[in-house]
Amino acid sequence: MTGMKWILVGIIAGCNTAGDVLNTAGMKRQGEVEEFTPRSLWQMVVRISHNPFVLGGIGALAVSFFALLSLLSIANVSFAVPATAVSYVLETFLARHLLKEQVGRRRWAAVTLVAFGVFLLQW
Amino acid sequence: MMRETSTHKRRNQLLILVVILSNVIGNVALSHGMRQTGAIVSASPLDYVRAFAKPWTIAGVSVLALWMVSNLALLSRADLSFVLPVTASGYILVALTGHFWLGEPISALRWAGICAITFGVVLVEETPSRTTNAGPGDIP
Repeated sequence: MTGMKWILVGIIAGCNTAGDVLNTAGMKRQGEVEEFTPRSLWQMVVRISHNPFVLGGIGALAVSFFALLSLLSIANVSFAVPATAVSYVLETFLARHLLKEQVGRRRWAAVTLVAFGVFLLQW
Repeated sequence: MMRETSTHKRRNQLLILVVILSNVIGNVALSHGMRQTGAIVSASPLDYVRAFAKPWTIAGVSVLALWMVSNLALLSRADLSFVLPVTASGYILVALTGHFWLGEPISALRWAGICAITFGVVLVEETPSRTTNAGPGDIP
């Protein structure tokens, strides 16, 4: 069962990262959601149905979600924590190089602190 | 780099609040529901459907759907490298709620973790929320 747990942790981290990066790329192409009325949120959902980036991203997050359900049913939540902490750093790296976000020293410091903090929380 | 208006910032803060709360409440409800189900590691979707037929699981999945919509709306307005650290404050919320409401002990290392996350969130809050150009959808 331990081998299965690590495979699930790998699937969760990989799919979570792919999902977040695809969703961000897709939502940036779609344009900013200005109003938070039910009507404008519904329009956002309709536009997503034609947006391959976000559809792929939601698919990846769904796989990650089912892997998490399986992991939670055979292991403690804290088992997934190191993978979560690592994916913060990985996603920030991809945000900088794939999504071309400006990740300066302050953001790197912030994400490192958060990853370190998440890692510490399991004790 | 885009200049951020105060309305834009306030709306982002509202979205961040919804994202954090729906994530925490959804996950707590879901893990409560999963604990009533037992082990499922299966390639058959039917086994997952059976696990969903619990009130706590249904509640958790519904709230997580709200999380998905609000998170996508937030990602349309802000950088991923901004959203990730900011929404990590959900971890602090879970730890503090467990401590003050359910009386769960917090070790010295966990307090250190809470402080590190808090400091990280404060640091990233001082950076502009969006550093990429507006997409084609933003052009009127």
